[in-house]
Amino acid sequence: MSLTHLSIKDAAAALAARKISAVELTQAHNNAIAALNPRLNAYITTTPEPALAQAQAADARIAQGNAGPLTGIPLAIKDLFCTAGVRTTAASKMLDPFIPPYESTVTAQLLAAGAVFLGKANLDEFAMGSSNMSSAYGPVENPWKRAGSDAKLVPGGSSGGSAAALAARLCLGATGTDTGGSIRQPAAFTGTTGIKPTYGRCSRYGVVAFASSLDQAGPMARSVEDCAILLGAMAGFDAKDSTSAQRPVPDFQASLARGVRGLRIGIPAEYSVAGMSDEISRLWQKGIGWLREQGAEIIDVSLPHTHYGLPAYYIVASAEASSNLARYDGVRFGARVGGEDLIDMYERTRAAGFGAEVKRRIMIGTYVLSAGYYDAYYLRAQKVRNLILRDFTQVFDKVDALLTPSAPTAAFGFGEQMNDPITMYLNDVFTVPASLAGVPAMSVPAGLNAQGLPLGLQIIAKHFDEEMVFTVAAALERAAAFSHLPTVRAA
Amino acid sequence: MSLEPATVRRIAKLARIRVEDDEIAPLQTQLNAMLDYVAQLGGVDITGVEPLSGGAQMAMRLREDTMCDGAIAEQILANAPDRAGEFFAVPKVIE
Repeated sequence: MSLTHLSIKDAAAALAARKISAVELTQAHNNAIAALNPRLNAYITTTPEPALAQAQAADARIAQGNAGPLTGIPLAIKDLFCTAGVRTTAASKMLDPFIPPYESTVTAQLLAAGAVFLGKANLDEFAMGSSNMSSAYGPVENPWKRAGSDAKLVPGGSSGGSAAALAARLCLGATGTDTGGSIRQPAAFTGTTGIKPTYGRCSRYGVVAFASSLDQAGPMARSVEDCAILLGAMAGFDAKDSTSAQRPVPDFQASLARGVRGLRIGIPAEYSVAGMSDEISRLWQKGIGWLREQGAEIIDVSLPHTHYGLPAYYIVASAEASSNLARYDGVRFGARVGGEDLIDMYERTRAAGFGAEVKRRIMIGTYVLSAGYYDAYYLRAQKVRNLILRDFTQVFDKVDALLTPSAPTAAFGFGEQMNDPITMYLNDVFTVPASLAGVPAMSVPAGLNAQGLPLGLQIIAKHFDEEMVFTVAAALERAAAFSHLPTVRAA
Repeated sequence: MSLEPATVRRIAKLARIRVEDDEIAPLQTQLNAMLDYVAQLGGVDITGVEPLSGGAQMAMRLREDTMCDGAIAEQILANAPDRAGEFFAVPKVIE
């Protein structure tokens, strides 16, 4: 099999057995990126030379017999993670130029585990979006095509570059971040796999902040097992993140083979939303059937406040974004546009640096936090958020996990759904509730639609029970046996 | 509730984002669409419900009030658009 098509697990085994070298593996990916990235734009920055140096170090480490779980494994890093000495953009002009003097905790842990970084993956500006169309460095093309059409489709967002790079075989694994669905929706759009862990599981230190009470880093890969391997290296307590969970990191891989026999799987009625395509409904039914056949008990459940997830999310996330992004004022880092005085400099710098969607969210966030409107909008949204958390807490007394679709549609075309911001927001209708509650959730590819595009199913479990998510996801993966390949991919 | 052009200007001022005259009308439309959308929260019964402010199901962690990092002025200033010695430089604030 081609080196770029390997799973992380198989690549690690081949490296350990000295059948391949880390340099060969990295060079194969560097070549694939050189050939396809000019078209797909999955990476904002590529780092072929440092990657080869890391690969040489990996080969030396393997030769010494002290390889880590990811030694020599080439990864794409979402360009929201600060990487020491390597330009970090958050896909915004605002941070041009910004070269972090420090490494994020998650990427530092991946490096310690021996990983090779191929480059920084494209995303929606400041991770705000569901299409990757808002990147200041241009959109990402989804490697998948509708049958008989060459129209460019979006890879989803915000981790669209990570997802496209995985699907096109431009990396073996990737980091993503998920605030309202930014790992799960692009995974669903590209036939890849991604998990948003429990809030607090992975450190936020060194991840450019969007909405701090929702932001969570997680792995994206081409199998459930590869996600489990990556999460094992990314997760863990970090004193530098005030909301980092002081909990041991379980052996996630051990949960994959447990099987779903006897597990209670909840099917929430509220996720059957009006306007959901028949294809998505049928896929959901298929997923229910697969789990039932493997011995799970299927239980109809209700999460009554689901419908209010999106509006609550857009208030909470925008409010936190307006506060977090106040730091971009042209004083300490990033771009500066001169003005008549200090205030004028701030205003001109921010007008030039932020894109349209980021400005809209900052302004909505500013409004809902402003005097006279705080109670009506922000405080109310926080209370609704508590009701959504309560929905999940109550339902997990009755079931072990929930099964839902990952997104209401398959990947859409460049320029579609761009008419108004609300249409774009509806992409996240199935992913936002788990984000608000902070519970872990994963998307696995489960089939193709009539046009040949991948569709995903989402598994949600209670706080810190990623093992349950992996157990159910692995069962779905075995049943779905998804082996389709995108049109645009490395050899 | 609908935002007036003057309110859009006030929000932009609070957010420290310069907005040109021809941007006001489209912003007004888009921000109003967002506010119309989130208005549905008004229909939720939130009587007696506490606000949930954080994502973590834990109490805030405290640490010893001691210095644990520092003396890295060059690193902190490395990305500054303008500096004067060991300081960030900005346009004159006081005449």
